[in-house]
Amino acid sequence: MSDPSAAWQDRTRAVAAGIRRRVFEHVLRHGEGYLSQACSAAELLAMLYTRTLRLAPVDAPIVPPPFTGVPGPANPDYRTGAVYHGAPGPGLDRFIFSPAQYALALYAALIEVGRLDPAGLDDFNRDGSTVEMIGAEHSPGIETTTGSLAQALSQAAGIAVARRRRGDTGRVWVMMSDGEFEEGQTWEALANAAFHAIDNLRVIVDVNGQQCDGLVSAVGNLEHLGDRVRAFGWSCDEVDGHDLDALDAAAARETGRPHMVLAFTDPTRGVPLLAEKAPLLHTLRFKSPDEKARYQAAYDALAREAVTA
Amino acid sequence: MTLETVVRPHVENFIAWAKDKPEVVVVTADLTNSSEVGKWRDTYPDRYFSVGMAEQNMLGFAAGLAREGYTPYIHTFAVFIYRRAYDQLAMSVAYPNLRVRMIGFLPGILTPGGVTHQAIEDVAILRATPNMTVLETGDATEVESVLDVAQAVDGPVYVRMLRGVMPRLFPRSEPMRLDTARVLSTGEDVTLVTAGVETEEGLRAVRALQARGVGVRHLHVSTHKPFDDPEVLASIAGASRGIVTAENHLVTGGLGSAVAERIADAGLGQRLVRVGLRDTYAHGASRAHLMREYGLDALAIVQAVERVVGEPLGIDAEELAHTEVVPVGAAARNADSL
Repeated sequence: MSDPSAAWQDRTRAVAAGIRRRVFEHVLRHGEGYLSQACSAAELLAMLYTRTLRLAPVDAPIVPPPFTGVPGPANPDYRTGAVYHGAPGPGLDRFIFSPAQYALALYAALIEVGRLDPAGLDDFNRDGSTVEMIGAEHSPGIETTTGSLAQALSQAAGIAVARRRRGDTGRVWVMMSDGEFEEGQTWEALANAAFHAIDNLRVIVDVNGQQCDGLVSAVGNLEHLGDRVRAFGWSCDEVDGHDLDALDAAAARETGRPHMVLAFTDPTRGVPLLAEKAPLLHTLRFKSPDEKARYQAAYDALAREAVTA
Repeated sequence: MTLETVVRPHVENFIAWAKDKPEVVVVTADLTNSSEVGKWRDTYPDRYFSVGMAEQNMLGFAAGLAREGYTPYIHTFAVFIYRRAYDQLAMSVAYPNLRVRMIGFLPGILTPGGVTHQAIEDVAILRATPNMTVLETGDATEVESVLDVAQAVDGPVYVRMLRGVMPRLFPRSEPMRLDTARVLSTGEDVTLVTAGVETEEGLRAVRALQARGVGVRHLHVSTHKPFDDPEVLASIAGASRGIVTAENHLVTGGLGSAVAERIADAGLGQRLVRVGLRDTYAHGASRAHLMREYGLDALAIVQAVERVVGEPLGIDAEELAHTEVVPVGAAARNADSL
């Protein structure tokens, strides 16, 4: 079904590989980090930024400014990470990023598509930087503060309703992680978005089956997630989250309802060595120089593949 | 001059006020008529959003509308705003400093609905929340004028709102002003600081106290945060015997605590007696019953003043019941003549 010679798939695949490689390299350099999120969500993020989202370009990759204070009356010049998504417009999409713990993968994606300066990753989790470990709304690509998970969808629904009232034709896309479906607020938001028929609202979910304590199935269980979402009045497609054509078809579907794509993913994709850490994949921390050396070898292989490709 | 009683002033006032403000929208969570916006919904149906009985989503939904330039006026019971959905209030609304107005009904013990419906720690929690402005209405004039005060704030605002039948203590010509206390009487022995419905109790107490020769400078506070009015500090400093505060709230973290902070910050050595709920939840009963049971009524304020002046004044509940409260215009604010 897929056409391997088609240009967009080639570009998207390259961006996905770049996300994995940049995050892996970063984790090796710092001895720890959020690697499995990049493994699971690389195609999904690459798909959004190269194919799905209608965003204005940025003039040049943005160098992240230093942190200059939280929002408030004393800080009228506060800017959100939405600037990395280009100037907004009535016909353009908005992208609301919910799982703030995926920030490293998001920053890597922004670099791969030329919206964030590659040096920006050097600021990751550095004191005084906006490139925060668990991104806040001044962090690149982030415009709502959702480190307390499951708060983005409600806000996106409000944004979508406001845009609909204004006559905007652009959509509001939200990326979520499956663990967020354990929070009651997610279901409040799903029910109310269907009630108000917010059909300019779209959600893509990285269903990687992982959360902080381990397997979702062992922590909270989200069986029949698609059925549950459809029962709440949404249209919902369930696809392989590493299959670009399947992702594209599901994301492009116009259903006249709020629409969700459940992207089922493998949190070790591209770094099969990670499977030995299962089920605790939330963050990777090297226990010994020997272990780090094995991961370094895996990274070197990945980097060589990229050069060959 | 007798006191005017007003029935549901918010209903028509909010409709008229919102007429030329298309950016104002209402968000409710299954308490539309209970929050006096049923007629508002029927008047402006395209500006009204029901989010169902789901307050966490409500706070986020309102935040999204505010991010796009609308000014949502959440209407529901106070407890369901700050207690049920605090993380959403803090992270989705207050942190980004969004123009969301949270109109919280049934402050303190003003409901026989019992502990689940009684907002007794809201001022404490929201005073401790960065970016928040916290307002409280004390009569019909303030219910009518709080909207202008809230609308002028470029950030989130929480309002302790009165509903139903209420007195008009303050003339229509003297609307609520942000962080500006009303001086209701002058006297140099004791400064009494009250907010919300405690002001009516305070007025009753002050008449009886003045008749006994106790000079009371009575301040009505309608802004809990910010709390920087120089009049408050001047009135605290000027009392020869001490300070009494009265609030329809716990004495922890609310008005009494705010006054204590002002006293300590300024290095003043004033005695302070706080009237309010004392580390306890309440229960379902009438307002009059609860005010007596928990020591929130005029008699409790008199007794607090007795503690400050150190002598019994011979005022009883019977006398206070027959003390008429009359409308009060503003006395001179010290701060304005400074």
